[in-house]
Amino acid sequence: MAYTQPHPRLSVLSTSSQSSVEHLSPTASSTRFSLPSAPSIQATLNKAAPHRPNIYDRNLNKTRGTEVSASAFAFLFSEVVQYTQKRVNGINDLERRLNTLGYRIGTRVLELMVWRAESSSKTPKRETRFLPALMSIHTQVWKAVFGKAADAIEKSVENADEYMIIDNDPPIERYISVPRDMSQLSCSSFTAGIVEAVLDGLGFPARVTAHNTPTSQFPSRTTILIKLEKSVLDREELMKQ
Amino acid sequence: MAIYGLWVINKAGGLVYQRNFAEGLAQLTSNEYLVLAGTLHGIHAITSRLSPMGSSSGAQVIEGETFKMTISLTVTGTKFVLLTSLAESKADIILQKVYDIYADAVMKNPFHTPEMPIRSEGFDARITSLVGTGQT
Repeated sequence: MAYTQPHPRLSVLSTSSQSSVEHLSPTASSTRFSLPSAPSIQATLNKAAPHRPNIYDRNLNKTRGTEVSASAFAFLFSEVVQYTQKRVNGINDLERRLNTLGYRIGTRVLELMVWRAESSSKTPKRETRFLPALMSIHTQVWKAVFGKAADAIEKSVENADEYMIIDNDPPIERYISVPRDMSQLSCSSFTAGIVEAVLDGLGFPARVTAHNTPTSQFPSRTTILIKLEKSVLDREELMKQ
Repeated sequence: MAIYGLWVINKAGGLVYQRNFAEGLAQLTSNEYLVLAGTLHGIHAITSRLSPMGSSSGAQVIEGETFKMTISLTVTGTKFVLLTSLAESKADIILQKVYDIYADAVMKNPFHTPEMPIRSEGFDARITSLVGTGQT
């Protein structure tokens, strides 16, 4: 990834990915992992929060039902879009970057959701067929990420490899008014990235894009278009028998 | 009771949003509106320094024979001005709601530049649904 790395103190995650040793955990105790090259991160973290419990050590189920301020998220996402917009040429590039950012979230969403749903089950399973996987994205992923299910799933009439998830009022776009000269831009490319990561993680490689499909009743209606790779369709065909 | 118009003045005294609702206001050019907003900004600054009781948030209502302007100052220095008929009693409440809408549709919009004129369809649409045609 060609992102310029910010100052180490600004972002723990992005610096930690620079070296594989630090990648194990940015705050791994030095008795378990010798980290001669990473004292700066250790020192910065300790100085910033001497007594607070580490967020990485927290029980994953503790935050299951907690809610996030929609306003705080709206401001954060607005900054994300502005930050990205300053570093790209053109709308396609902007959408691709937003997609990449969403992808990083999607991988984590999938891991967390599978762990929460299946870890307590006596017979843990995973989705191997495409349609149930798509249904679980439409309801489970949307509920985990946005707090509500998506509004519809459609299958393309023209192309057998295209499916669509439709959201009538995407929460991340609720406060965004795209200027007229950028009208093709859909900030839901971020959501498309999440969907792409979840599909990839489940073994259904696909290219996912977002498109504005406004209606008079829902001016910010958005279609997430999933274009599956041929291998997925071939496998689905084999599994039918 | 009628709502004639809404202005949003940034902290430097520039008019960043101006819209008329009900008929009745004199028709002015956009340049004249800019001058008026700048003047109001100055008057507001004077009124906030005149207070005999220590610091003041400045003029809140300016009344004329046929209309009144209600001014709401936010902590960041942005001013919302509502031009209404004298009988309008809900101007304060409307201005508070305008502030809500401004915070949502303008400040959370990544395509808005702070202190610059507001060109946001979301803001326009929400103001329209709040004020309507201006007749209450």
